[in-house]
Amino acid sequence: MAYNDKVIDHYEHPRNVGSLDKDSSDVGTGLVGAPACGDVMKLQIKVGADGLIQDAKFKTFGCGSAIASSSLVTEWVKGKTLDEAEKIRNTEIAKHLALPPVKIHCSVLAEDAIKAAIADYRAKSGKDEKVAS
Amino acid sequence: MSAVSYLDHNATTPVLPDVVEAIVEALRTVGNPSSVHRFGRNARRLVETAREQVATAVNATAGEVVFTGSGTESNNLALRGIARAPVMVSAIEHDSVAKAVDGVLIAPVDSNGVVDLGAFRLLLEKHRPALVSVMLANNETGVIQPVTEVARIAHGLGALVHCDAVQAFGKIKVDMKALGVDMLSLSAHKIGGPQGAGALVVQSSINLQPLLQGGGQEKRRRAGTENVHGIVGFGIAAAGANDHLLESGRSANLRDAAELRLKALAPAARVFGATADRLPNTLCIEMPDVGAETQVMALDLAGIAVSAGSACSSGKVATSPVLRSMGVEEAIARCAIRISFGRGNTMVDVDRLVQAWGALFARHGARLVRPETAA
Amino acid sequence: MNTMLRNSQPIYLDYQATTPLDPRVLEAMMPYFTSKFGNPHSRSHAYGWESEEGVEKARAQVGSIIGADEKEVIFTSGATESNNLAIKGVAEFYKDKRDHIVTAVTEHKCVLDTCRHLEQKGFKVTYLPVQQNGLIDLEQLRAAVTDKTSIVSIMAVNNEIGVVQPLKEIGEICHAKGAFFHTDAAQAVGKIDIDVNAMNIDLLSISGHKIYGPKGIGALYVRRRPRVRLVAQINGGGQERGMRSGTLAPALCVGLGEACAIAQKEMPVEAVRLRKLRDRFLTAIKARLPEVFLNGDLDSRIPGNLNISFAYVEGESLMMGIKRLAVSSGSACTSASLEPSYVLRALGVEEEMAHTSLRIGFGRFTTEEEVDIAVEEIVRHVTKLRDMSPLWEMAQAGVDIKSINWAAH
Repeated sequence: MAYNDKVIDHYEHPRNVGSLDKDSSDVGTGLVGAPACGDVMKLQIKVGADGLIQDAKFKTFGCGSAIASSSLVTEWVKGKTLDEAEKIRNTEIAKHLALPPVKIHCSVLAEDAIKAAIADYRAKSGKDEKVAS
Repeated sequence: MSAVSYLDHNATTPVLPDVVEAIVEALRTVGNPSSVHRFGRNARRLVETAREQVATAVNATAGEVVFTGSGTESNNLALRGIARAPVMVSAIEHDSVAKAVDGVLIAPVDSNGVVDLGAFRLLLEKHRPALVSVMLANNETGVIQPVTEVARIAHGLGALVHCDAVQAFGKIKVDMKALGVDMLSLSAHKIGGPQGAGALVVQSSINLQPLLQGGGQEKRRRAGTENVHGIVGFGIAAAGANDHLLESGRSANLRDAAELRLKALAPAARVFGATADRLPNTLCIEMPDVGAETQVMALDLAGIAVSAGSACSSGKVATSPVLRSMGVEEAIARCAIRISFGRGNTMVDVDRLVQAWGALFARHGARLVRPETAA
Repeated sequence: MNTMLRNSQPIYLDYQATTPLDPRVLEAMMPYFTSKFGNPHSRSHAYGWESEEGVEKARAQVGSIIGADEKEVIFTSGATESNNLAIKGVAEFYKDKRDHIVTAVTEHKCVLDTCRHLEQKGFKVTYLPVQQNGLIDLEQLRAAVTDKTSIVSIMAVNNEIGVVQPLKEIGEICHAKGAFFHTDAAQAVGKIDIDVNAMNIDLLSISGHKIYGPKGIGALYVRRRPRVRLVAQINGGGQERGMRSGTLAPALCVGLGEACAIAQKEMPVEAVRLRKLRDRFLTAIKARLPEVFLNGDLDSRIPGNLNISFAYVEGESLMMGIKRLAVSSGSACTSASLEPSYVLRALGVEEEMAHTSLRIGFGRFTTEEEVDIAVEEIVRHVTKLRDMSPLWEMAQAGVDIKSINWAAH
């Protein structure tokens, strides 16, 4: 399979790999996908007092396109408000990385991951409730 | 020119030098076209380039080309892949068409070996076959069939049309769209390509059942790892096939000269399909009262390679069903040989043929009836 | 673009997908592309005889490597055609008395698809499961074969996991019930000793391009005594004793013959060399990476194959990383799809582990240096991807990944 240069770049030099403390109240964690499907993404955001996303980290088990999709969204969400970040669509990710049709699901997963992370953060900060990751 | 004259180009042709070069290069590269790594992708690219070349040569699109292992396999795939009955074929088809399925209907030919279109239409109306198969040019006589007409009539009555163009390809222009057929069989080794590679060109609207079950190669129409180097060689040969038609003109001169001079030696000798449109390289001629086997052996001793019919059945000394279907009597049919010219032949080969043929005729053919040799 | 690789050619470790043509084979083939170009079925002139002579010598060479008589060898376009011809040919010929076929779930796709095709035509097919090591259970086979079974098709060596089935015992069980034993030996010939008589094999498929011969050619061994009869699958000129029509390609036949002759001669030494390379690889990988698992039996296995699951790493991303290595993540025919290997699934390998597996094939041109580079590349990328893997992180933290309720995706 021939990969797009941007996918290769993110695969070889992934941005923001790592983990944030999922128990911290300013961190939202999204964990999506399933090992049996060949893709699992963990995406975390750290939200500042100003409501902007200060930092984002990811870890991904999946193909190069899945890694690139998650790496890309960590770049995109930084500095955005939650509402802005929530508007990121998988089609934008797929377009930016020129994903072929069989890899569109990777971008869908990345969109789901960011939404899940935001939801987690909101659930935590809003209701001050522990959410299982 | 060599001391031997190869005049059996309808059986197989020498591989063209540029084709050999491409084959050897492909043989030296490793890779399964189904593998995703670089080696595999490279092999895939070679196959797809060849597919374009073959498609272009017959005015089809690359997606319509299914690579197979031989012309025989292509014909089997066409006739059995439609999986609908009945099937009607002409009386002069190669065995790989005639015997591909059981219980075929036979469309007769006239005394020149041309499909009788009147009879063809009547049979179509009566039996309503699902598929019709008529070859573009006969391998033994070289007689060209009215395939465009056949296709028009057959389509008008709802039948699909297959055409075995194995023998015609590279000798006359083969244009799938102009012919109007749904499926077209081709073989590499008849056009200066290698043995072991063929193709069935299939109109994309046709749902073809594969002959071989297995991997999803050739869009699920033909399983098995692609014969990469064979396909590459086929592609190069096909790309040159239409340029080489010039060569056919040269073959025609040689054939016409041979025909004229042999007839001068034996005015009674029948040339089969003489007044029909024929491939420019093919001469099917009788040596009165001299059995074909005797002729081919004597000519071989004189360094001339010809054949007593099609190569596949020439081991058996049976008279040609093609000639029999043209109404040629058994006694005459068994005295027919096929001479087929090709690249590399010159007038020297014609001279040699005429001399050896003439000498043999002088010895045996002086109108004495030879006893039947026991088969 | 390519700044990293000095020598741009990757290291070929995919010998089960296809093998490079041995230069000695090419040399033997060359005359048949240039001077000896006759149609081997042209009986009327020297061109034809010369080609026929080459073809017949090759037939004897193919027969020799499996202990068969040359008259029992039919040339085909490849193992796929051989397998189709063997199974359909026998099933159709004997269908009035026997309408049952036995095969195994780990067979090559072309065997399984052929059996499914026959099922649609009214034949009954038993698909034997395999044990965790990839071998069939002989007792299950014994129970499956009946006096209605016409043919049992069990591959000699699996293309993905390289395991060798107990051929002799399988043949005995078949013959006790009067069934024919067919084996797809595309991955076995030239790698393990095969003797069709000692092993009770009635039909055997061979592929050219898996044994350093050309693509586009294969062979089918068909026993003559007691005679196995087949319905031809390609009709026409009646070549190959009526069992397979079509003009033979002398260059390819000669290539297959030469490939068999070389393999037969060199197999004893080559097997030892390959086993050493394989063990070197496996030992190094296991020493440097935790949580790697070998799929398929190690002892009953050809020397040139490994199939390894690297837990918590996804196979395709690993392939992308180790681009200096040409390896396969599953069988070549299916590896373009996203489905995990059905062979590994049949061994009971869980789907997530099947996704992380690589098939590494060593062969005639593999060097120790290449093996060492391969180890380095794989260790480096597995480590990097695990550092990036949320599953690895959880596993290290002691989370049981199975305990998580993963959303179906």
